[in-house]
Amino acid sequence: MEREKRKDGICLRMENISKQFPKVLANENISIYLKRGEILALLGENGAGKSTLMNILYGLYRPTCGQIYINNHEATLLSPKDAISLGLGMVHQHFMLIENLTVTENIVLGMEPGSWGFIDFKKARKIVKELSEQYHLFVDPDAKIEGLSVGQQQRVEILKALYRKATILILDEPTAVLTPQEVDGLFVVMRSLQERKVSIIIITHKLEEVKAISGRVYILRRGKLAGERVTKDISKAELAHLMVGRDVVLTLNKENRITEKKPGFTLQNLFVKNDNGVTALNNLSLEVCPGEIVGIAGVAGNGQKELEEVLIGIRRIEKGNILLTGKNISRYGVKKRIQSGLSYVPSDRYRYGLFLSMKVSENILASSLDRKPYVNGINLRLRVINRRSEELVTMYGIKTPSVHEPVSNLSGGNQQKVILAREFSREPVVLVVSQPTRGLDVGAIEFIHSEILKMRDRDTAVLLISMELEEIFALSDRILVLYEGSIVKEFDPGKTSHKEVGYYMTGGGER
Amino acid sequence: MNDFFTLFNVELLHSTIRLSTPITLAAVGATICERAGIVNIAMEGLMLIGAFTAVFFAYITGNPWIGLLAAVIAGGIFSLLHAYATITLHLDHVVSGAVLNILALGLTNYLLILAFGHPGTSEPVPVSLAEYQFAVPFLSQIPVIGPVFFNQRPIVYMSFLLIIFFTLFLYRTKTGLHVRASGEHPLAMETIGVSVYRIRYLAVIISGLTSGLAGAFLSIENSNVFTSGMTGGRGFIALAANISGGWSAVGSFLASLFFGFAEAFQYKMQAARLLDLPSELFVMFPYIATVIAVAGLVRKSRPPKAVGLDFRIEKQAD
Repeated sequence: MEREKRKDGICLRMENISKQFPKVLANENISIYLKRGEILALLGENGAGKSTLMNILYGLYRPTCGQIYINNHEATLLSPKDAISLGLGMVHQHFMLIENLTVTENIVLGMEPGSWGFIDFKKARKIVKELSEQYHLFVDPDAKIEGLSVGQQQRVEILKALYRKATILILDEPTAVLTPQEVDGLFVVMRSLQERKVSIIIITHKLEEVKAISGRVYILRRGKLAGERVTKDISKAELAHLMVGRDVVLTLNKENRITEKKPGFTLQNLFVKNDNGVTALNNLSLEVCPGEIVGIAGVAGNGQKELEEVLIGIRRIEKGNILLTGKNISRYGVKKRIQSGLSYVPSDRYRYGLFLSMKVSENILASSLDRKPYVNGINLRLRVINRRSEELVTMYGIKTPSVHEPVSNLSGGNQQKVILAREFSREPVVLVVSQPTRGLDVGAIEFIHSEILKMRDRDTAVLLISMELEEIFALSDRILVLYEGSIVKEFDPGKTSHKEVGYYMTGGGER
Repeated sequence: MNDFFTLFNVELLHSTIRLSTPITLAAVGATICERAGIVNIAMEGLMLIGAFTAVFFAYITGNPWIGLLAAVIAGGIFSLLHAYATITLHLDHVVSGAVLNILALGLTNYLLILAFGHPGTSEPVPVSLAEYQFAVPFLSQIPVIGPVFFNQRPIVYMSFLLIIFFTLFLYRTKTGLHVRASGEHPLAMETIGVSVYRIRYLAVIISGLTSGLAGAFLSIENSNVFTSGMTGGRGFIALAANISGGWSAVGSFLASLFFGFAEAFQYKMQAARLLDLPSELFVMFPYIATVIAVAGLVRKSRPPKAVGLDFRIEKQAD
């Protein structure tokens, strides 16, 4: 019996797994299996329960009920230590690397070679070097993590798992932060690992990736298993249907509008420093006309955060000007910029976008509560505020029990809609939108994209900053590539490809 | 004016080293503790506990070495309260530290009356560690450096050794690497199967042990009695020394020398009576030095990323 099962080459089975969190049932009765040397995709929207399931497998969470079998033995996974000892390795979406340590230190951490409590750094370095040559995952063993690109950091994470002799590798959204070129590189690595009989589970919400790399796919929806398919037998549209539970429009209908070149929003030779005093925006100039969406593409850390902050008015301009319909607003504070017609959707909605413990109504009108008709002298006119809030909640389809609910109780999508309602309803002249759909599900993404397009059609000048190339391509009328704090290239989205934009995102170096 | 310059002599440097010792010891402990991610402002209280315990045991046994050992152990045990509160109960580090400081002050005052029958000051210990001052053969013959560094009392020498020990510990040993990693990215440690809780407990206890030793220095080496509240803010100065020393053992030592110098200098100024000023003004020196140092004299290095942040292992999923 035992031997027969070995022949199927099933190395992992999770049976009837459920996980109850205080408020949500994250996994409900899920059963999956994994074959040796297989690349298995776990497809689902944000919040579908993919990461929870894998964190259970990795021993970070304990399942409410269900069993896990590894190589046909029941496994009790109380901590990642147990999982590692059974040959599991996980590359988390947010890398688990210690930035001020070297590559070698990070890889051997917790299992350092050496005796008497001392670390044998020479030996550690040698092991890392051999390992990286053996698997063709080249990375400088002496480099500090903070100096590495995201793609290289990912390699370190994979090496970390291989150093611990992982035979089952879990990759949680591995492509979320990579450029198209780096994604190709990752797929090459995955295939070569597969040849060495490493089994891989890849968690993703991107249909293209499922098609490109996996042999088999499980689809998760709202904590439940929605299906299991052999990848080559299923189309993208069918996958999308299983994932969302309804038909999805995969491409946005966006007619190109011809806009006359009127001054809308102009940045002239901006120089800005980052928190460490290093130049983050280097002589950056760009122009957005009314009725146009300009997309800023780029790898994270090339000045996006600083650009966003300097536009909002919470970071100092070293040199250069910001013009809003010809008027210089460079020296304006945040409040005055808002009054001049600037609206923004910040990338970090928890830090800059919302007062989490305050009511929906207080959040949705936060930037208007200093003026009529919402105030009378020093008094807030609560009845007016509530009425207007209710209007906005209906207009933007925000799902909330009432406008008195604390924003923290809303789902991510509805929280973002609160910000949208606040910023868009001000009828801005210029709209800065940063990472508007990060972490949201398909339904919310569709809604937010269509709202942004509506703003454009109302002749607002829209500047879109996003790390998601898909989003940039779907919405932009023009694409600008941000690299090391400067605009290095302009594209017409109709006349270019993801690949081509990707080259310029990495400085044109990795062709 | 000539009188002023005569203040700067070998003796001033000698007392700089001596007076910086308690700060060095506590600062090195703070370095380990903060590197692991725990803010420990309870060191003031830990020193006080150490100082009292040292006097008590040195008094009843007549042996200052037993007093020293007891002080170190007492500091370790008292620090467990801080570890339990911040790591296991997830209490805010600053709140826990502040409360423990108040507790230590009250506790030592109470025990002082209980043990010696009167408040304020204890009976002097029969033998203090000052009597064990010795010159290291050969090394103490080096001009200036010799008499300054190598003609000192036992705990001063111990502090030198501990700086070397903790530097090696942090950068050469497995546990040291784990300490550094725990203060930067605790979740990463858990994902490779290393218990952050255990590392942090260890780090807090280490700071308790060194603070206890610092307390013993104050009561049975630099003096021979315990005085109520005798630490005089040195625990907080040590915290400042750790920060301006850039969270390293050697840096902490160098920064502590600066504070030690400020203190030695103020004693000299008081004694020399060069200026007709109230002596209280000079007493302020070390504290003003602290303010200047922390207010931005040294701000090159960055603190450990996760220092002061609570860490829980099973979080709600995204």
